[in-house]
Amino acid sequence: MLAVYIIIGIVVVLAIIFIATYNGLVRRRNQVQNAWAQIDVQLKRRYDLIPNLVETAKGYMKHERETLEAVTNARNLAQQVSSAGAGERAKAEGELSSALSRLLAVVENYPDLKANQNFLALQEELTSTENKISFSRQYYNDSVLRYNNQTQMFPSSIVASMTGFKPTEFFEVTLAAEREAPKVSFT
Amino acid sequence: MWEQIRSNQIRSVVLTIGMGALLILIGYLIGLYFFDNAAAGLIIAILVWAVLSLIGYFQGDNILLSMSRAKKIRRDDHPRLYNVVEEMKIASGLERMPDIYIIDDPALNAFATGRDPNRASVAITSGLLQKLNRDELQGVIAHEISHIKNRDVLLMAMCSILLGTIVILAWYGSRIMIFGSMTGSRRSSSSGGGGQGQIIILIVALAFMILAPIMAQLIYFAVSRKREYLADASAALYTRYPEGLASALEKLGASTGQLKSANKATAPMYIVNPFRKKGIKASDLSSTHPPISERIRILRAMAGASFADYDQAYRQMHQQGKGVIPATSLAAETVPIAATKLEGERGEPDQIQRARETSDVMWRLNNYTTITCDCGAKLRVPPKFKESTVQCPHCGRTHQV
Repeated sequence: MLAVYIIIGIVVVLAIIFIATYNGLVRRRNQVQNAWAQIDVQLKRRYDLIPNLVETAKGYMKHERETLEAVTNARNLAQQVSSAGAGERAKAEGELSSALSRLLAVVENYPDLKANQNFLALQEELTSTENKISFSRQYYNDSVLRYNNQTQMFPSSIVASMTGFKPTEFFEVTLAAEREAPKVSFT
Repeated sequence: MWEQIRSNQIRSVVLTIGMGALLILIGYLIGLYFFDNAAAGLIIAILVWAVLSLIGYFQGDNILLSMSRAKKIRRDDHPRLYNVVEEMKIASGLERMPDIYIIDDPALNAFATGRDPNRASVAITSGLLQKLNRDELQGVIAHEISHIKNRDVLLMAMCSILLGTIVILAWYGSRIMIFGSMTGSRRSSSSGGGGQGQIIILIVALAFMILAPIMAQLIYFAVSRKREYLADASAALYTRYPEGLASALEKLGASTGQLKSANKATAPMYIVNPFRKKGIKASDLSSTHPPISERIRILRAMAGASFADYDQAYRQMHQQGKGVIPATSLAAETVPIAATKLEGERGEPDQIQRARETSDVMWRLNNYTTITCDCGAKLRVPPKFKESTVQCPHCGRTHQV
């Protein structure tokens, strides 16, 4: 009789551990998805801001047609691949970031543009959006690291493989220029 | 980093239980002395504490914000401040955007409040808003957000209520004991123990009642100082840029202004102690905050932006084995610091522009209408202004209100 109780006890304890680990994995995965949604929101915000910025800058920057076009093209390209996976998307977004920073580098030559109130407001929005992109990426990667650790480390890896939790991709920025200057400065 | 919140909670809970034990002892002594019944005293002590706690839990943030005359702002009022808070909300993974308040005070300070992360607010003085550039502002906001994220706000509020209860009970208890025993009218000695035993109880009870608030305060300070270090470490981790907070603290430390609306109970809520006097280094035990200079040195000594880096910098500073961050959260991951940024980055408003911007916000929050005249003067029209036109005192043009 005692043995039966002991076995029942062990089974119950194991079940509780299993459920707790499973719920932990679900929580982590939701956190990753949530963090990804955050990046998405910010990238979309950047797509929305760029046409305004280009429109405002166009009137002042007569000789920078190529730079402006490069930004618009990079934006459109990034928007096209926005439903792809983290790796491919990060590359397109990296291109956009560097096109943007090239544009912002030449703003310095146009004092009239820098005095424009509308442009100043856009500049604040864009600086902040760039920051938000890098902070949400930071949080996303942190979440992915913790989620991946849990899916791969013993003993939670057993539960993960039984219930089909797979490691996720990081959002790495591939361009060296982007890595060094995550912050936009309108120089 | 999430493990540290839990481990920190345990440590704080232990300290809080210590304070709770003090409260129970006081109740016990009061009961024993006044009612010949320990339970009665305990009930009184717990009732007082429960009432204060309920008020503090449900209305604490409103009371604190209205006491400091903070005004809530929306995104349009100050886009940069709003954006910085949102950036830190994202970096910390907070679910809900905290409410943002501005306190109209030239002193430099900031605090966070709210009983849980989904119901939090951050407040900043207009003086600080003018003084700090974007990176510094980010550091300060990150410090406040980490107070919210680490659940410091609720813990400190509950701790200060416990402390308040102990102080109140000890104060009234000891006064009644002193004056009661002088007139001899109190306590008709139903136990019949006689004079001597009673005097001993009186002396012990009195000594305890004088010591208890001091002990409770020391515990409170210990909890609060730990939290400050942890919030600094989290701020460095969220921003990946310890220098931002370090240079903000430098500006905070250089100012002497005391915050008008702060008081002793609310002091630990602020980013720096609102009562510190210039030239006086806060001593180790009797302050809610670690010395600013030390916090700056630790932040500047950090090799990376992780908790482990903060802990190492702290240990270097103190030349002793014990760090400030619980060991469980010191996972060996390398977190690089973001590239060095220049003070007053190009394209960012300078201090004069920030001062103008902030004063515009403050006028607007006080329901003044601002009319910019063609000559460059700004006319502030008070909310009770009755006329339909106003003349610019500078150039004489008339404007519609």
